[in-house]
Amino acid sequence: MSKYIPNTDEQKREMLSEIGAAEIDDLFSDIPEKIRLKRLLDLPKPLSDMELAKHMQTLSDKNSDTDHYTCFLGAGAYDHYIPSIIDHLISRQEFYTAYTPYQPEISQGTLQAIFEYQSMICLLTGMDVSNASLYDGASAVAEAVLLACRATGRAHVLAAKTLHPESREVLRTYTKFSGITVEEYGFLDGAADLSDLEARLSPDTAAVVVQNPNFFGIIEDIKEIAELVHKNKSLLIVSCDPISLALLKPPGELGADIVVGEGQSLGNPLSFGGPYLGFFAATKQLMRRIPGRIAGETVDLSGRRGFVLTLQTREQHIRREKATSNICTNHALNALAATIYLTVMGKNGLREVAELCLQKAHYAYSRLVETGKFSPVFNSPFFKEFAVKYSGDVHKLASRLLEQKILAGYIVENDYKDMDNVLLVAVTEKRTKQEIDTLVERAVCA
Amino acid sequence: MNDFEIKKYSTEHEWVGVDGDRAYIGITEYAANSLGEIVYVELPELGNELNAGDVLGVVESVKAASDIYSPISGKVVEVNEELTDNPEIINEDPENCWIAVLEISDPAQLDELMDEKEYEEYCAEEE
Amino acid sequence: MKTGTLTIFEKSRPGRKAYSLPECDVPKTPLSELIPERLLRDTPPGLPEVSEVDAVRHFTELSKRNYGVDSGFYPLGSCTMKYNPKINEEAARMKGFTQIHPYEPEESVQGCLEVLYKTGEMLAEITGMEKFSLQPAAGAHGELCGLMIMKAWHESRSDTARKKIIVPDSAHGTNPASAAVAGFEVVEVKSDENGWIDLKSLRETMTEEVAGLMLTNPNTLGLFDGNILEIADIVHEKGGLLYYDGANMNAIMGITRPGDMGFDIVHLNLHKTFSTPHGGGGPGSGPVGVVKKLVPFLPKPVIEYSGKSYYLDYDRPLSIGRVKSFYGNFTVVLKAYAYMLSMGPEGLRQASETAVLNANYILKKLKDDYLLPYDRVCMHEVVFSALKQKEYGVSALDIAKRLLDFGYHPPTVYFPLIVKEALMIEPTETESKETLDRFISAMKQIAKEAETNAEYLKSAPHNTVVSRLDEARAARNPVLNEMSRAAE
Repeated sequence: MSKYIPNTDEQKREMLSEIGAAEIDDLFSDIPEKIRLKRLLDLPKPLSDMELAKHMQTLSDKNSDTDHYTCFLGAGAYDHYIPSIIDHLISRQEFYTAYTPYQPEISQGTLQAIFEYQSMICLLTGMDVSNASLYDGASAVAEAVLLACRATGRAHVLAAKTLHPESREVLRTYTKFSGITVEEYGFLDGAADLSDLEARLSPDTAAVVVQNPNFFGIIEDIKEIAELVHKNKSLLIVSCDPISLALLKPPGELGADIVVGEGQSLGNPLSFGGPYLGFFAATKQLMRRIPGRIAGETVDLSGRRGFVLTLQTREQHIRREKATSNICTNHALNALAATIYLTVMGKNGLREVAELCLQKAHYAYSRLVETGKFSPVFNSPFFKEFAVKYSGDVHKLASRLLEQKILAGYIVENDYKDMDNVLLVAVTEKRTKQEIDTLVERAVCA
Repeated sequence: MNDFEIKKYSTEHEWVGVDGDRAYIGITEYAANSLGEIVYVELPELGNELNAGDVLGVVESVKAASDIYSPISGKVVEVNEELTDNPEIINEDPENCWIAVLEISDPAQLDELMDEKEYEEYCAEEE
Repeated sequence: MKTGTLTIFEKSRPGRKAYSLPECDVPKTPLSELIPERLLRDTPPGLPEVSEVDAVRHFTELSKRNYGVDSGFYPLGSCTMKYNPKINEEAARMKGFTQIHPYEPEESVQGCLEVLYKTGEMLAEITGMEKFSLQPAAGAHGELCGLMIMKAWHESRSDTARKKIIVPDSAHGTNPASAAVAGFEVVEVKSDENGWIDLKSLRETMTEEVAGLMLTNPNTLGLFDGNILEIADIVHEKGGLLYYDGANMNAIMGITRPGDMGFDIVHLNLHKTFSTPHGGGGPGSGPVGVVKKLVPFLPKPVIEYSGKSYYLDYDRPLSIGRVKSFYGNFTVVLKAYAYMLSMGPEGLRQASETAVLNANYILKKLKDDYLLPYDRVCMHEVVFSALKQKEYGVSALDIAKRLLDFGYHPPTVYFPLIVKEALMIEPTETESKETLDRFISAMKQIAKEAETNAEYLKSAPHNTVVSRLDEARAARNPVLNEMSRAAE
């Protein structure tokens, strides 16, 4: 008998007799005999808590964690510092065991936290309206494109080749079956190639997607892109790194219509790729087309301030096939972690984090290039991540560094076939000078 | 504004008030009551050419959204901008609160709509 | 307006801080040499400035204004709000899981890959499918992914005329919405007087233009559709596929399997059936499983085992592609894995049996007080209607709000749409008879109050931190963040 099932055999008998059934099986009489499973499921025998804990620890120990390995891997998921209060607070059962806040009277905690989250995302991005979050950065890009196509009535989309390869893949999957064409535009010196972009713009272009800093870590000139895009009456979608927004001009000020991004960097652990959160913000004009949940402020019967989910007619449970999206979930707990993170870091702390990343990344870059074994790939300004070309075999370099407990970086050739032996190195505020020096030293010896 | 030359009703619960070659379109009291407190109205774009049965706009309450279908064909020549900021005025007096004005392109379509008595009977059946 | 709880912005005081960062230990380069001035922000974002204690107190205060499964009974129909085991939370916080970068080489993430692979295998056994993808992040995401697989399969056979999907009128709102995003036209099929799919109506609707049928079984009325084999035949004979929405899987684990019913594609909600917490609205996980002929179409990468080690298989030319970054909501999947290991095959079957027993007990005890539109044995949830109470002017919403005063989370209301004034109660297996009895007596008291004191119900709740909120005001003049309030 599982400890998660409290009813005793005697209680079950009482309940059955109350119902008027002789045995449990009678309750399943609607299920045709032919499809009843006449055996036990072929699953492992149940484990006690002690056995389970041990088993999970054994599995955990088979992985190389960033406490024991120095992480220079980024490419969309980053090893940033996570203040300890976050896990303490999001582990409060009232937050993590609650359902979606459809009953606002007993969900004010979640609703107010979403409202504060939306406020912070608007402050970072410079946009008017934020939703309560989506699954991740990649699906947020796809949702933004679907919105743009509906809003403009057009069906052609231009995505930067410097948009994260996985975001492009997800975008392709989402659009494949809905008659939307996704075309890619190229890059020059690592940044968006404006003349290529301009040449590909057509009267049917609903949106242009750009990532900033882009996949190579390079900071784009959003304003110039916005001008081209708006001249064509298309919408500009910017996918960005939220940490960089403490330092960089908010896309909202530069003409973005929709700003999305991967929010993992904001207090969420790497967790082998998820759960993370996708943030999604837009101009006021697009407010009623935004996918997903949105919290808003109102008053109760006695005039007290309170929060509710609002503008719900956009959503699937009301609009069904006419909804702005099929999404039902937001990643509330991850968004809560992001809210607590941004509260802890605050106005000055986030800026310090961004500056530490910037300085350390540039130090690492200069040191690697100085060795003569790595050469620059681009000369454009970058934030916390950069591409360098190794003079030898980058795969061998990566495996030798792994042996020395260093996760060297992302091998760019995996996604950009002609960029052989290029390594994408991410340096967050967590990396010390000593760790960077060790990377350089070991990379040279390797 | 109950002084329309002709007032007709659609099966989708819109009313059409005719004033010369202009048709005022609104939603009926029956529709407004079943929606409840109206919180938002999506208006059509000026100059849009609509066919009978096309979606003209959307009325929304907190928990429901309902398309407004154009009962007749025509060009949108005026929209009720006041609804953008004060959608609740529909609830106050639905039969007099117009949403958009169409330039009637085919007056014969009016004959296919119900008159007040037919509409009352239709609503009674819907109940 | 009375402010109630202050927001974190209202608590901010310039000069306070809650962070602690090291000094920069590398030689600093002036900012202007690294990034052109025009790309830099003029002023820092106006985030709050508070101390660590302020931050902790603020979010603790917010948490006290919430209600979770650990707070009490949560019979929210269709959501399976069962207890979330703590040991699973502990496992998901092990550093060998949380501090793993998704792009680490396969040899350094064998433990993570093993969790994903084995979870997929177990889910395949539970559902009778061939293979699972754990990439989808939620139920609706799984639906979208499953429908894309359906579309890709038809297209691979050059069967391109199938533009429609059949969805019953009792379906979850995500079903038609997902079908629309996947590029299908939605056709509704009616339910008969038993709450089952009307076979005649299905036969008429199921043509060569239809790609498939989406079905929840047991359905959203909490009833098992006993015609499922006939339904499967009708759909398959016309060349369509059967899609199983796993929202109600908690009724049938170890009792019957979607694969044996004839389904071709299944999505599960790990945050419902497999005990992972809902997190206040997410993250969940919506794995998709398919029968053998559809395996090549699963999203990539797929996790495979070579006999020696686990690896990510990207070489899948027929795959629909990715639906999410990386490999899904890994630590959510991991909690479901731990749950299945602690339950074992008998435990899972007992969970379903007890969930069904608990629902039928409530059905029996309340059917004299509330209208039961489909009076027959139910599965893991029971749908009542508040039409009896409506005679006194009391709605399903009023009943839901009054339940808050008793310390319960209310049932789902106004769903499914085909039941007027619906009250959908799903007790789950993790509740004792004592809890059910207390809930039943609260429901009986409310039914009496409806007759004697309707006004008191209509103004409920009376004991919560806020009373009923003005949702029309929120939607008419949206105040969606701190800045737009300031602008009001």
